[in-house]
Amino acid sequence: MKRIINEMKLRLVAKSVNESVARSCISAFAAEQNPTIEELCDLRCAVSEAVTNAIVHAYRDRTDPENCYIYISVRLYDSREITVEVSDNGCGIEDVERARAPMFTTGEPGERCGMGFLVMESFTDGLTVKSRLGRGTTVLMRKILKP
Amino acid sequence: MEREEVCFTTRNNSLVAKIGCEVDHHTAKRVREKIDSELFMTKPEVLVLDFSEVRFMDSSGLALILGRVECAGVIGARVHLSGLSPQLLKLVKLAGIEKIKNLTVSGG
Repeated sequence: MKRIINEMKLRLVAKSVNESVARSCISAFAAEQNPTIEELCDLRCAVSEAVTNAIVHAYRDRTDPENCYIYISVRLYDSREITVEVSDNGCGIEDVERARAPMFTTGEPGERCGMGFLVMESFTDGLTVKSRLGRGTTVLMRKILKP
Repeated sequence: MEREEVCFTTRNNSLVAKIGCEVDHHTAKRVREKIDSELFMTKPEVLVLDFSEVRFMDSSGLALILGRVECAGVIGARVHLSGLSPQLLKLVKLAGIEKIKNLTVSGG
C-alpha cells in the first residue's frame, strides 16, 4: 500500500498570470525528490496545460475572472509517484473523448492548437479527465519519478 | 525590469526573432504580435525563431510556431526554429510540426 508523504493544495484565480505560478509551485514541490530535469520539465508542462485549459475554456464565458478559481491538489507518495489534480467549476466539456483528440480545439486558432491533452498524456504516466456540463472539469495526472 | 520578450536582428534575408521569455498562454499573445509586426515590416525570406533563451514552453508555443508559419507563408517566407533545448524539441516532435512544409528545425 503506497503512503502519502507530502501534500499541497493551491487555489488560484483563473488568470493567465497564474499559469507560471502553478508551474513554479509544482517545481518547488517536486524538487525535494530530486527529479531529473526531464521529469521536472514534463511535470511543469503538463500542469501548465491543465491550468491553461481551465482559464481558456472552462471559464471562457465568465466576465468575472476574479471569482473563478482553479484548484490544484498535489500528492507525493512514498513510491515516488506524484499525482496532480486540477479542477475548475467552469462550463465542463461536452465530449471528453473528442476534446482529448489531438488537433481538436474550440479555442481561437493561432492561440490554441489542440495539443494540450496530448501533452498532458505524453508527459505523464497517466491522465484521467472527468467533466460534467455546467459543473466543471477535473484532470488527474500521475507521474512516477525514476528511483 | 522585465526582460525584453523578443529581440530582432536582420542578416542577409533573414529576420531573427530571439524570444527571451517563457512561452505560455500568458506571454504568447504579446510575443506573437511583436513577431508579426516585425515580419510584415521587414518581409524577409526566412523568419528564424531563436529559442535558445526559452527555458519553458507549452502547447501555446506550438500554436505560436504554427501561426507564424502561416503568416510567413503570406509573404512567401519560410520559418526556421533554432536553439531548441531537448525538452522543447520533444514538444515540437510530439506535435509532429517539424515535418510541415516551409519549416525547418535545428537544436542546440
